[in-house]
Amino acid sequence: MENWSLISLCVLLGLTARWAVSFHSYSGAGKPPMFGDYEAQRHWQEVTYNLPVHEWYFNTTNNDLNYWGLDYPPLTAYHSLVCAYVAKLLNPEWVELYASRGYESHSHKLFMRATVLFTDILIYIPAVLLYCFYFCDGSSKQKVATAFCILLYPGLILIDYGHFQYNSVSLGLALWGILGLGLGWDLFGSLAFTLALNYKQMELYHSLPFFCYLLGKCIKQGLTWRGFFHLVKISMTVLVTFALCWMPFLSDPKQPLQVLHRLFPVGRGLFEDKVANTWCSLNVLIKIKTLLSRETQLFALTLLFVLPSSLKLLSKPTLWQFKLALVNTSLAFFLFSFQVHEKSILLVALLVFFVFRSMLPLLLKDGLLLPYVVTSLAFLFLSLYLLSALERSTEEELRLGLYRKLTQRWLPKLNLSRIIKWKFWFSLAAMAALSFTSVWLKPPAKLPDLFPVLVSVLSFLHFLGFIIYFNQVQLMEPQRKKSQKKTN
Amino acid sequence: MSATSHLLKVVIQTVMAAPMTNDQSWFYALALGVSFLKCLLINAYHSTDFEVHRNWLALTHSLPVSQWYYEATSEWTLDYPPLFAWFEYGLSHIACFFDKEMLVVPNLNYASPATVLFQRLSVIVADVVFFYAVKECCKCLREDKGKDLLGKPSFILTVLLLWNFGLLIVDHIHFQYNGFLFGVLLLSIARHCQNRHFEGAFLFSVLLNLKHIYLYIAPAYGIYLLRCFCFTQSNADGSLQWRSFSVVRLVILGTIVLSTFAVSFGPFIALGQLPQVLSRLFPFKRGLCHAYWAPNIWALYNIADKAFSILGVKFRLLDINKLPKASMTGGLVQEFQHSVLPSVSPLATLVCTLLSILPALFKIWHRPNGARGFLRCLVICALGSFMFGWHVHEKAIMMAILPLSLLAVDSRKDAGIFLMLSVTSHYSLFPLLFTTQELPIKIFLMLLFTIFSLASLKTLFRKGGALLNPLEVTYLLGLIPLELICEFVYPLTVWQKTFPFLPLMLTSVYCALGVTYAFIRLYISLLTCSDTTKKTKMQ
Repeated sequence: MENWSLISLCVLLGLTARWAVSFHSYSGAGKPPMFGDYEAQRHWQEVTYNLPVHEWYFNTTNNDLNYWGLDYPPLTAYHSLVCAYVAKLLNPEWVELYASRGYESHSHKLFMRATVLFTDILIYIPAVLLYCFYFCDGSSKQKVATAFCILLYPGLILIDYGHFQYNSVSLGLALWGILGLGLGWDLFGSLAFTLALNYKQMELYHSLPFFCYLLGKCIKQGLTWRGFFHLVKISMTVLVTFALCWMPFLSDPKQPLQVLHRLFPVGRGLFEDKVANTWCSLNVLIKIKTLLSRETQLFALTLLFVLPSSLKLLSKPTLWQFKLALVNTSLAFFLFSFQVHEKSILLVALLVFFVFRSMLPLLLKDGLLLPYVVTSLAFLFLSLYLLSALERSTEEELRLGLYRKLTQRWLPKLNLSRIIKWKFWFSLAAMAALSFTSVWLKPPAKLPDLFPVLVSVLSFLHFLGFIIYFNQVQLMEPQRKKSQKKTN
Repeated sequence: MSATSHLLKVVIQTVMAAPMTNDQSWFYALALGVSFLKCLLINAYHSTDFEVHRNWLALTHSLPVSQWYYEATSEWTLDYPPLFAWFEYGLSHIACFFDKEMLVVPNLNYASPATVLFQRLSVIVADVVFFYAVKECCKCLREDKGKDLLGKPSFILTVLLLWNFGLLIVDHIHFQYNGFLFGVLLLSIARHCQNRHFEGAFLFSVLLNLKHIYLYIAPAYGIYLLRCFCFTQSNADGSLQWRSFSVVRLVILGTIVLSTFAVSFGPFIALGQLPQVLSRLFPFKRGLCHAYWAPNIWALYNIADKAFSILGVKFRLLDINKLPKASMTGGLVQEFQHSVLPSVSPLATLVCTLLSILPALFKIWHRPNGARGFLRCLVICALGSFMFGWHVHEKAIMMAILPLSLLAVDSRKDAGIFLMLSVTSHYSLFPLLFTTQELPIKIFLMLLFTIFSLASLKTLFRKGGALLNPLEVTYLLGLIPLELICEFVYPLTVWQKTFPFLPLMLTSVYCALGVTYAFIRLYISLLTCSDTTKKTKMQ
């Protein structure tokens, strides 16, 4: 079959899976008084539609910031505004000030789901396809298979179409940024990434590699003339994009400061639920409240590892290094680990799986057990099947040379790749068992949080392992010129 | 806990080991993939058929056999043959572990989450029969080795059957057990292809006792078995050799079929309930057409009648007061009163159906042409009854599409017919899902299936030009504006209130043209195929 038909089949399957997941519940469905992320997004539409711009981020009589106050950058607010206009057209009740709070109906759910699907089709899916076709090596069938796996990645589908968020917008824009950089269109790349940054502040995690890569590239061209000019062009692009996005807030110095305060709240409690819990002291770094707060915690951890990889990238701004640095600086960007490490997909599949597994408590709360089980099994199966992970995982390809040297001294006859394979199955089984127990078994009375904590601990150990591993791969890179040539 | 984790590990390893080691791993991947998709659809819209089957679960579980065909608390009385009732009876014993309330007869329209889960899962699990049947059918294909996987006939056939758009939306959204039933049908076809005729005949008689709609294709079975199995030999030119008749085979076949029917209907005959059972199975109270006209001859007949009456009124040939009222609001009423053309009686439809399949039956009696001839005749029987039958439901077209898939991967002529028929009739299934929530999914799935069948059959028959001629392509492309008008533009216009039935009418008439065309082409190919097969036999 021709490529175009294979691609359209992949995209259609991805869309089908997305829409099928959206039949299920969303966060905070029928749970007054606060509801969940779904209500937050709807509330933002209500606020942006009915209030003037200068009231959006302020606590006023019409805007109660304690009830899902806007705490995302301006681009999200504009997106909400656009959605609100459509909503008004369809049914004015959906965005009526005050009266629409906690509004829930079947047709409204359809409308909200459709907005997610629309942005996904517009931004994320084309980016993924282009990415796979320009930056993945292998035959065209392998490229299609990779695109297929990314499109069916359950974490994103469940959070966007189950829980309800617009992650595909910010991730898609960031991906467009990477595409731009990869194709050598640095200005376009920085424009797209700045937009991503202005959509969701979470993208800051990825900003360091972008910054280091572009700066390193300029330095390489010579800071005196060409490089400097390039640097100026890039910084102008970024500044102008920022200025355009923040334009309505620039009239009064109070405005941007308030927005910043909303975006990075200093006093935001990470442990709203379990402040007095004994466990809390133990898992300062591990505990997951929501996906967002987990990433906040990871930030501290990542920072420790950011430094070496950023310095490396600065001195050696190649695309391969850039992608590795992305993974290293932010594990939230797990998607790109696919391409960075196509050969060692085994480890990557596991990584992806664990990021995803750690969302289990959240998804359980939303009543999304069924799509969770189905999509994760489907993804695991398909990624292993299509990319034949287990067959490819030889020591060489997994880049375990360093560990080999280390272990050889103590245990000369150890077969590392076999250990990795076994470890893969073991981790998988342990995670499956944990999922099972946390769904069906009641925790002992003394330790009510036993299962979520076990899930977190196990996930955390894996994250740590991956951070070390990917750093090792990046820092050891110079010896492996072959793969570098391939990706460049 | 270690025990559970060990168990899970074993399960995962066996599931995963299969694709890694087995050459046929793609089959499991396709089957698992479609099962995952079906699981995601558990929460989707389900039609009244869901309540129908819940009611049957309840009444078979809580009532004695003698009451099954008399029970009438719900309007959805048991109108499938006894074996299907027994199937529901078996299911009900698992259902009680999910939710006992669904097994109470007076609990009308009961649909708790556990009930939905159980009923949906029962359809998904019963599809295992279908998977097995498809696998057996693939074995009957001649395999081109060394070809790319995506170009293999068996791969294409598997996708065409397992991922069939109609089955997915009718079974897993609309709710029915067609996958399981078609599994039995395909398995019986596969057995005939493998020359295991006794098994095939047994499976088909079981199928008839599961759902009697398959009676429509029984003539093909009867003639084929009599001609190709009971007569053991043919003359050199393929004509009948009267002396080769084997009485033993006929007796064994008869015993198999009759004993199946005896097991199924025996208890009811013993209870003296046969007339009651039959009256439930064959209700003739319904009208010629369903509320939404299935895309067959009668849809064209109705529209012609309507056109004549409008023209007649316009040119003052007819008096508007003398016309029956219903014809002017048509489409919504079940009893369609023809105003100009003569009304059609059930007997007339029966005669038309018989007349439409007779040439095909005669053809396979005269020149049987092996299993392929049988299959083609079977498809024609299914299509003929769809075209001319009384109160045909649009879902009945599946009976023609699924067996036709087997032919489509085998010859390029049939592939063209298959494309025409499947695309048109799948589109005609769209009105089954009228909820906005399911609108995207039906479009995505339809595109998925259509693009796959077009692209894969094109690759399979790469040599020898296009599969569809320009006219056919234009007709199929016409479905896109039709869909846009019916689902997106028309609801916004002012006519939506005055003529709400118009999009449905348009859909069924447009699709009826395509289905009729495919029917005629299939007939031509059956009647003219003898020469080509002779050549292949010579080779």
